[in-house]
Amino acid sequence: MRYETVIGLEVHVELATESKIFCSCSAKFGAEQNDNVCPACCGMPGMLPVLNKRVVDLGMTAGMMLNCHINRVTTFDKKSYYYPDLPASYQTTQWFAPICVNGTVDIKTSNGEKKVRIKQIHMEEDAGKLVHDDWTDTSLVDFNRTSVPLIEIVSQPDLSGAEEVVAYLERLRDLLRFARVSDCRWEQGSMRCDVNLSVRPEGSNVLGVRTEMKNMNSISAITRAIDYETARHIDAIENGIGKLVQETRRWDDVKGKSYPMRNKETAGDYRYFPDPNVMPVVIDDEWYDRIRKSLPDFPEVKKAHYMEEFGLSEYDADQLTQSRAFCDVFEDAYAECSMAKEAANWLISDCASILNKKQQTFDMLSISGKALGQLIKLVKEDKVSRGNAKRILAVMFEQDIDPEEYAKANGFIVNNDMGALEAIVKEVVASDTKSVTDYKNGKEKALMALFGKCMKQLKGNCNPQVLREMLIKVIDNS
Amino acid sequence: MKLYISESASTSYENKVVLDDMILTKKLPTSAGSRMLDGYMSLFDAEIVTKLEENGYEIAAKANVGEFGIDLLGETSYYGACICEDGTLTNAVAEILKRKEANAVVCFDVNGAPRRAAAIGNLTYIKPTYGTVSRYGTIPAACSGETVGVMANDTSACRKILSIIAGHDDKDGTSLPEETCALLKADAKREPVKKIAVAKSMLASVDDKTKNLIENFKAKAAKCSVEIVEIDALELTAAKTAWNILMSAEVCNNVSRYDGIKFGYRTPKYEDIDELYTNSRTEAFGYLLKSTILYGSDALSTDNYRKVYDKALRVRRVLSEYLYKVLAEADGILIPACSKRNFTEAEVKTNKYISYDESFYTAPSSITGFPTMVTGGVQIIGKPFSENSLLDMALMFEKEGEES
Repeated sequence: MRYETVIGLEVHVELATESKIFCSCSAKFGAEQNDNVCPACCGMPGMLPVLNKRVVDLGMTAGMMLNCHINRVTTFDKKSYYYPDLPASYQTTQWFAPICVNGTVDIKTSNGEKKVRIKQIHMEEDAGKLVHDDWTDTSLVDFNRTSVPLIEIVSQPDLSGAEEVVAYLERLRDLLRFARVSDCRWEQGSMRCDVNLSVRPEGSNVLGVRTEMKNMNSISAITRAIDYETARHIDAIENGIGKLVQETRRWDDVKGKSYPMRNKETAGDYRYFPDPNVMPVVIDDEWYDRIRKSLPDFPEVKKAHYMEEFGLSEYDADQLTQSRAFCDVFEDAYAECSMAKEAANWLISDCASILNKKQQTFDMLSISGKALGQLIKLVKEDKVSRGNAKRILAVMFEQDIDPEEYAKANGFIVNNDMGALEAIVKEVVASDTKSVTDYKNGKEKALMALFGKCMKQLKGNCNPQVLREMLIKVIDNS
Repeated sequence: MKLYISESASTSYENKVVLDDMILTKKLPTSAGSRMLDGYMSLFDAEIVTKLEENGYEIAAKANVGEFGIDLLGETSYYGACICEDGTLTNAVAEILKRKEANAVVCFDVNGAPRRAAAIGNLTYIKPTYGTVSRYGTIPAACSGETVGVMANDTSACRKILSIIAGHDDKDGTSLPEETCALLKADAKREPVKKIAVAKSMLASVDDKTKNLIENFKAKAAKCSVEIVEIDALELTAAKTAWNILMSAEVCNNVSRYDGIKFGYRTPKYEDIDELYTNSRTEAFGYLLKSTILYGSDALSTDNYRKVYDKALRVRRVLSEYLYKVLAEADGILIPACSKRNFTEAEVKTNKYISYDESFYTAPSSITGFPTMVTGGVQIIGKPFSENSLLDMALMFEKEGEES
C-alpha cells in the first residue's frame, strides 16, 4: 500500500524587539547568564505585566505578511504548568483570541506551487533555559530568555513531506526577516519548530494517529526527523512494530531516533484563563493602517521591480533581495546617485566582503544608503579614486560620516592639477632611471613599478587612467 | 496575639502608617502570612509605599495577615490568629487601630477580611474603585478583584491616606487614567449622598446585632436628610458563588509561582524535582490555601472552564450592570459586612470554609470593583469614583454621633 504523510507545524519565532514582552529588560541574545533579568521576568510577586506594544506591531506585521485576518480585539491568557525554567509556573500566551487567524503561505517545490493554510498566530512569552552540569549533577536556570516575546505560527496539516516542510520554513523565514519581525536564526534559537505528523493510506481522508516532535532547531534535523518518523509510523501500521499512540516525542539528532517524552515533561491540563492583569488589546484603524503601510513588498516583487525599473541583472536583483537591509541601503543609495548598477556592485561585492570579514549577516548591514550614494557620486565625478572610496566605505561601517567631508579631511580628494601631477611624475621618473630603461627595452612590468611609486607619492588621489597617460608622456619625453 | 510581623524604628504617631503584610517593602520583609514567604525581602517597594514616603509618611510596621489574604479575619496566618481573651477572633490591623498604635493602616483587600475587621472593630474603611490605586508591589492573589484599601479610626485619616495613594501608575496595566483617579483626591468635586438603598435579600441571615446596626444607620440617615429606600437586590446573592470561583482560580494560578525553585520556602526533603515541588508546597501552605488551590484548579480544568469559570465571568458582568442600574437611582447600597459581630476560634476550626460562606457579603463589591465603605459596622457600595461622597456621608454621621 502507498502512504501519504500529513504534517502540520507550530513555528516559534522570537520577535526582534529591544525589550521583553512585559518588562523593560533587554531581549537581546548573547548576554551573560542572568544579566537581563528583573523581579517581573523572574516571576517574583508584586510586579505587574505591562505589555510592550512593539510586540503587537510585530505580531500584526507577521500576520499581514502571511495574509491573515487580524483580530482587532486580542487578549492574553495564562497557561499553567510546572517546570523549573518557568519561574511564575505560568506562561502568558494567547488562547481565546489570538492576534491573527486564517492566513496562507505560498510555497514552491518540485511538485509545483501550493498554498499552506495558517490556522493562527499568537503572541506569548518565552521560557528560561535550563543549563545542566553533568559534572556536579546539577541544573541551573538562566532567566535571560524568560519573557522574550515570541509568536507561534500554527499551520493547518497541509504539508506532505520534508521537501514541502523545508520550502514552507524557508518561505516563512524569508518573509519574517524581510518584514523585520525576527532575525529567524535557528542556531540562536530565535526560530524553533514543533512537527505534528501522521501517516495514512494514500487517498484516504481520515487522519492517522498523530505524534508531535517538540523543539526542533535546524532544518536538516527536521528533514531527518520527518523521514524517520514517517518510516516508523508506516512500520507500525504495516508490521505492528512499536505501538502508535498520540504522544509528544523528542528527536535525538545524534542517534537519529525519536523517543517518547516522559509524562512529566507534558502537562495534563494547562488550565487556561484570561490574564486579569493584561487588558484586552484593541487595534484601532489608525494602528492597523500604520502597520499595513509599513509592510515591505515581498522579496520577489522587489526583485522584479529592480530588474524592470533599474535594469539590474537577475543575479544582482536576486542578491540584493536576499536581505531587507541590502534593499533599503540600495534604494536610498539609488535615490542619491541614480546609478543602479554601481550601487548594486558596491553592495554585492564591497559591502558583502566587509560583512563577511566581520562575520556578520547581510541583515546586519547598517550603513547609510544616502552616504553610499554620495560616495558613488564622488567616484563617478573622479573626485575620489575607487581605491580610496573603498577605504572610506570601511570607515562608514564604523561611524556616521559625510563621505566628501571625510575625503577632504583625510587627503582623499583626487588632485586635478595637471602641472603638479607632471612634476611628481617627472620626479619619480628621474629617480628611477633603471625602470625607465627597462620599460624602453620592452619590459611592461617596469611601467607598473613606476606607476606604483607615483600612486604612493599621490596617496592614491589620482585617476589611474590619467596617471598612466601622464607617465607614458613623461617617459617618452625623457 | 501577634499583631506585627516586622517593625522599623518608628517616628511620630501622625507620620506613621502600618501596612498589612501583603504589601511589599524593601526595608521590611513581606510574608503574606505564609510560611512560604517567611522572611522574604522584596527587591522593590510597592507604588503606594513610594507615594506615602514621598508625602512624609513612614512605614512603621507590617501587620499580621491571613495566608494570602483569603481568610475570614487573618486566622490562617503562619504566625497565628489574633484571638481575644474570650476566644473571639480579632484582626491585627483592626487591633492596632483600636489600641491607637497607628492612625491609619493600608490593607490589601483580597477577599473582604479588612471589611469584616473594620465592621466588627467599628472602624472606618474605604475600599476604592478597582484601578484607582496601583497594585504594583502587592502580593498577587485574586488580581481581578483585589484592591488596596485604607482603614482608620476616623474618616479624615482615611481620606488623607486615600488622597495620597490614589493615582495612575504606568507599572500597573489595570491602572485608570490620572484624570479618573484624581476624582479620589480630597479636594475633588463631588455630589452629596442623598439616597441609600437597603438590599433586603442580603439581610436574611444576619444576627440581631447586625440588624441593629442597619437600624442605627437608618436613624442617622434620617437625621442627616439622607433618604432610605428598600430594594430586593436578589441579584447580589449570586455574587458569592461567582466570586469564590474567580478568586480561587486566580489564587491557584498566582501562588503557583511558589514552587521552591527561585525564591520562597524550599523543603529539605526531596529526591527529584517533583518531590521538591510537592514537599515545598505541602510543608509551606496552610489548609485553606490548599483547598483554594484545588477548588481553583478544578474550576479552570478543561472540563469545567466553560460551565464554571466562564459562567462566573458572565455573572460578574451581569452584577456590574445591575449595580450601575441601582446606583443610577440611589447613591449607595447598604449591605452588612458579615453575618454577625463575633466569630470564635472554635468556630473557624470547625468550619474551615467559613470565609467562603461569609464572602456572601463582601463578594458583590470584590467581583465588580465598585467602591465600598465600611462605617458604623455596615458596608455601603457606591458608584465608581464616589469615594469622596461616601466619606462625606460618613463624616456627617460621625458629627451627628458626636452631637447626639
